[in-house]
Amino acid sequence: MIDRKFIGHKMPTFSVAVEKGQLCFFAKATGQADPVYTDESAAKAAGHKGLPVPPTFFFCLESASPDKDAFRDLLGLDYRKLLHGEQSFTYHEMAYAGDVLSFEQSVEDIYDKKNGLLEFVVRKTTVTNQLGTHIADLHSVTVSRNG
Amino acid sequence: MTENLQRFDDIQVGDQIASLELPPISRHTLALYCGASGDHNPIHVDSDFAKSAGMPDVFAHGMLSMAWLGRLLTNWIPQEAIRSFGVRFVSITQIHDQITCKAEVTEKFTVGNENRVRLALSTCDQQGQIKLSGDAVIALQ
Repeated sequence: MIDRKFIGHKMPTFSVAVEKGQLCFFAKATGQADPVYTDESAAKAAGHKGLPVPPTFFFCLESASPDKDAFRDLLGLDYRKLLHGEQSFTYHEMAYAGDVLSFEQSVEDIYDKKNGLLEFVVRKTTVTNQLGTHIADLHSVTVSRNG
Repeated sequence: MTENLQRFDDIQVGDQIASLELPPISRHTLALYCGASGDHNPIHVDSDFAKSAGMPDVFAHGMLSMAWLGRLLTNWIPQEAIRSFGVRFVSITQIHDQITCKAEVTEKFTVGNENRVRLALSTCDQQGQIKLSGDAVIALQ
């Protein structure tokens, strides 16, 4: 069983720079043909200050944490038993190539179903930019199969 | 900002958003997403590893399908109109699956003085089996 004492635990904040090349590669990999996501002049013509971070890319930036295993190690999770159960985003402001985003992760909840055969860890991540502007919140539910 | 062509008053509960049909998922697609997303879990790109883990073959990243749902949304409205976007990963999206992303308006409501619609989102394979299920809230004029 995952120790419930970790509910509310906050991880050390880390920062990730958003790079233009990364966003172009992500557009290619996801079949995004809208030039707003790859061409700065098209992005600016659409009213953006640069190439926008697309809706799900915050998750990729979060996974660029300098200590990728910190969360798993803290909770003692075995990665071979883990499934990504749910993912959601709440958006406050747009983020762009050139921004440096800070990620503050915390354990929002830990619960189980089926008499502990399945355990669920809810992680909340608050994203702010280099100006301190609140950009987005991420909720991620990881499922550990203990059967 | 980009002009939002969708008008709150013109939209009804039950309206469908133009769906997004993807080509069959290739190993190349998964390799590109592995590199671009930073998700280097070998289970999505190395069939030897996937088989050793008891899977029939490599399978798609759930977040790749969520990115396609994101494309469905930004094809319909500019990204800055998205207030929230969430999914449950219901079943595994297999290699060679042909995925269709769909969205339907399920609710119209107002928060403060902002008009919003809720969309039910799904991805399904060529047999109609649901892979991702979720919703998004979009602000409209």
